[in-house]
Amino acid sequence: MATPQAGVRRFYTIFAVLVVVGLGILAYLIFKPQTVSIPANVTVQASDTSGFRGYIKGSPNAPIEITEYADFQCPFCQTFATLQMPTIDERLIQTGRVRWRYRDFPLQQHPFSRLAAHSAACADEQGKYWQQHLRIYEGQSEWSEARDAGAIFRNYAKANGLDLGRYDACMKSGKYAGRIQASYNEGVQVGVNSTPTLLIGDRLYKGRFDSDAIIKMVDSLAPRSK
Amino acid sequence: MKYRMTAALLSLAGLFISAYLYLYKIGKIGTLACGTGACETVQLSQWSRFGGLEVSLIGLLGYALLLGLTLVALQHPPSSRSWPMTLLLILSGLGVAFTGYLTYLELFVIHAICRWCVGSAVIILGIFIVGLLEYRRTQRSAGRTSPYPETSLTR
Repeated sequence: MATPQAGVRRFYTIFAVLVVVGLGILAYLIFKPQTVSIPANVTVQASDTSGFRGYIKGSPNAPIEITEYADFQCPFCQTFATLQMPTIDERLIQTGRVRWRYRDFPLQQHPFSRLAAHSAACADEQGKYWQQHLRIYEGQSEWSEARDAGAIFRNYAKANGLDLGRYDACMKSGKYAGRIQASYNEGVQVGVNSTPTLLIGDRLYKGRFDSDAIIKMVDSLAPRSK
Repeated sequence: MKYRMTAALLSLAGLFISAYLYLYKIGKIGTLACGTGACETVQLSQWSRFGGLEVSLIGLLGYALLLGLTLVALQHPPSSRSWPMTLLLILSGLGVAFTGYLTYLELFVIHAICRWCVGSAVIILGIFIVGLLEYRRTQRSAGRTSPYPETSLTR
């Protein structure tokens, strides 16, 4: 029969083994490579762009179209999306004065920009683009330093009521990598080199904007009908 | 000593489950191994936070405390009533009550059952029962009059 001391020794041995195994499993889960990544500089196929001009919000008959080139991981874009856009949405887009066109412009220094853009594109398949778009921006501080931002985007997808089976399949396929690249290429072509950049008419506006400045600009381009 | 050892192993298991759920919540690991997807429903619900803290973080800290108490208790003579085990009994009792509240939320408010949460509920209940058994055992030992000094064989 084992003495109490032997029992205690055996306990500590089992305990140490369990600690090592448990920590090993957690470390594996933390450091395993991300399951999804969206490649940059992919060759853009015609199917990536056919019939797609960007994510558009507002009336097709609006007199002014504003194109926003933005990066989900850019802090200024985040501020713009969460603080300025609600006013712009209410006063310019919903009133039919402006049509907003959002284009992805993922900067190279932001590792999760393309993944975020792809997540939003996959949400678009289920008619939830703008919800996912906003949630990704709102949660920027939460995921931009995370090890696995994809898991956080998936949480947002779930919270936005997306069918996760379809979402996961979409993310794994990376099918919108070409579309994101095409969007980036378009930005480069028109002269975008930082985010956020707005294209109004044929003029580019770079830097920080507030909604008042944009409303004034729209007022000067297309005065309100009396 | 077997109750203290059992409590230590259960606390360790609870600690790992809470750590897993917390790492998921802060985006350090990918999807949860759950099978039904109900774990995510629970983890992403508004009730996954309590008092401004993630419930999984509360679990992580709680189990770490329970584990610490059991490891301290293991250093005490087995026959004597050990203050860490008394404290463990009180804390695990609070843990059972809190888990009962969370299970109620899962069943009747969120309408989803997270398997990992069920695992944690079983563990905290197990720790509480072991704590009770240890308390009764040490009470009996204390009531017994012995002419001999306490040894590790008293039990």
